[in-house]
Amino acid sequence: MSGGDLVTIEDVDMRYGGPGGTLAVSGLNMTVRRGEFAAVVGPSGCGKSTLMKLVTGLHIPQRGVVTVSGTEVTKPVSIVGMAFQNPTMLPWRTTLDNVLLPLEIVERHRKRLRAHKKEYVEKAEQLLETVGLQGFGSKYPWQLSGGMQQRANLCRALIHEPELLMLDEPFGALDAFTREELWQVIRDLHASWDVTIVLVTHDLREAVFLADTVHVMSARPGRVLKVHEIDFERPRDIALMYENRFNDVVHTLRGEIADAREAA
Amino acid sequence: MSTSDTVTPVADLPVERKPFNWLPLMPWIYTIALFAIWEAAVQISGVPHTILPAPTRIFEAIVQYWGAIQRHSIQTLYTTSAGFILAVVGGLALGLLIGWSRAIYAGLYPIMVGFNAIPKVAVVPVMVIWFGIGTIPAILTAFLIAFFPIVVNVATGLATIEPETEDVLRALGAKKMDIMLKVGIPRSMPYFFGSLKVSITLAFVGSVISETVAANSGLGYMMSAAQSQFNVPLVFAGLVMLAVEGIAMYALMAWIEKRTTGWAHRSTTMAG
Repeated sequence: MSGGDLVTIEDVDMRYGGPGGTLAVSGLNMTVRRGEFAAVVGPSGCGKSTLMKLVTGLHIPQRGVVTVSGTEVTKPVSIVGMAFQNPTMLPWRTTLDNVLLPLEIVERHRKRLRAHKKEYVEKAEQLLETVGLQGFGSKYPWQLSGGMQQRANLCRALIHEPELLMLDEPFGALDAFTREELWQVIRDLHASWDVTIVLVTHDLREAVFLADTVHVMSARPGRVLKVHEIDFERPRDIALMYENRFNDVVHTLRGEIADAREAA
Repeated sequence: MSTSDTVTPVADLPVERKPFNWLPLMPWIYTIALFAIWEAAVQISGVPHTILPAPTRIFEAIVQYWGAIQRHSIQTLYTTSAGFILAVVGGLALGLLIGWSRAIYAGLYPIMVGFNAIPKVAVVPVMVIWFGIGTIPAILTAFLIAFFPIVVNVATGLATIEPETEDVLRALGAKKMDIMLKVGIPRSMPYFFGSLKVSITLAFVGSVISETVAANSGLGYMMSAAQSQFNVPLVFAGLVMLAVEGIAMYALMAWIEKRTTGWAHRSTTMAG
């Protein structure tokens, strides 16, 4: 299932707190192709989190249309997995049970869960192994480091095999080394799974390293100013980040965001 | 074992004697010290035991009146526990209801605060009119006074769910009920069990107030009767019994709290 648009956002306005409230995004247009890795960058307060909520159906826009997988979003769409900067693991559940949580919610899985528990547990363990957490399923989240919690968080976002993975600054609170490791984890996940990823981030280097397209947003009210195609060959190595062509792209992006902030 | 090589030389080192762990004994040492100072102060100052009886005199009274003290203690323990259990059931139910909906929260909260502000001793006569003197007003007073902290704590636990957790689940299509069952209720349990410790001591206050005002049995009744006969050592004996019952119930609640919500006390359990 390649080709075609998975997410389209057409001329969307989203205002919080009724008429006269803050206009978070205005005239927002964006498309994400199936299988694409899209990154969204922009000055702070540009409505990146609003974008997340619009695509997942947590907010319904006042104007314009959001479609995911060909259908207009009018309620939460369960084909989406989400991960935030704050891992929000539930402390009374083991890591494995935390990863299994979405299956207890998503309609098509919750009915099967009890009867096919073993199959699902196997899948969760496999997923934990993919992100380098084999053997940690029985540990409680608070027994894991921040980086490990974030890995488990990614597993939770992926367990129900979402078509679309929405990441809201998932690596923001991690140290530089852990972040680099997780960039590689997410890079490999994207390469091996049939999943479309939208990554909201402040980190331009992260965006350029991971994404196929980088969408630059304006200051509030947010809209997409420019879309950059990042055509570095895949698989990308961390060493890419120290090459000049990489830094040139980051530099251009930086300039654009500085302009966007100035314009605000 | 590959580690045995490295362990052996350590064993040859002079064994440092493990310092005696005084910590578990501390409550006893301090309690005994308190009574010793009290005893000494009474003996030295010569205060008559009709004003402040010495601990030995109180102990004598406990032995002397043991039959009555036992009966009244059990009565108080019964009314307190019954009121407390009602408060747990009612408090949990109302707390979940209040935490469920912002509208119910906004509507009920001021009423509850107002109700909680009413001195419970003023309510006892009303209940005597309704139910007569004795056990029922004591149970209900204990219930009324112990109820509020449970409601507030359960509602707080529900109201402080992280918005990100809620978003993650709602994006998956979770209904309000799912979020309550999967996140809200487990999350509010530490608050709930924490409030039990506060509530059980308050329940004793409630039952004893009611027994003092309107009852024919219970420690409250026994103490007010003893007071009218200037039997001050017996009054103090009643106070000691109340303290003992209070500590025992508090310890029970603390134990339940630790057993049921160990994950919320990770810093202390992990340190061990």
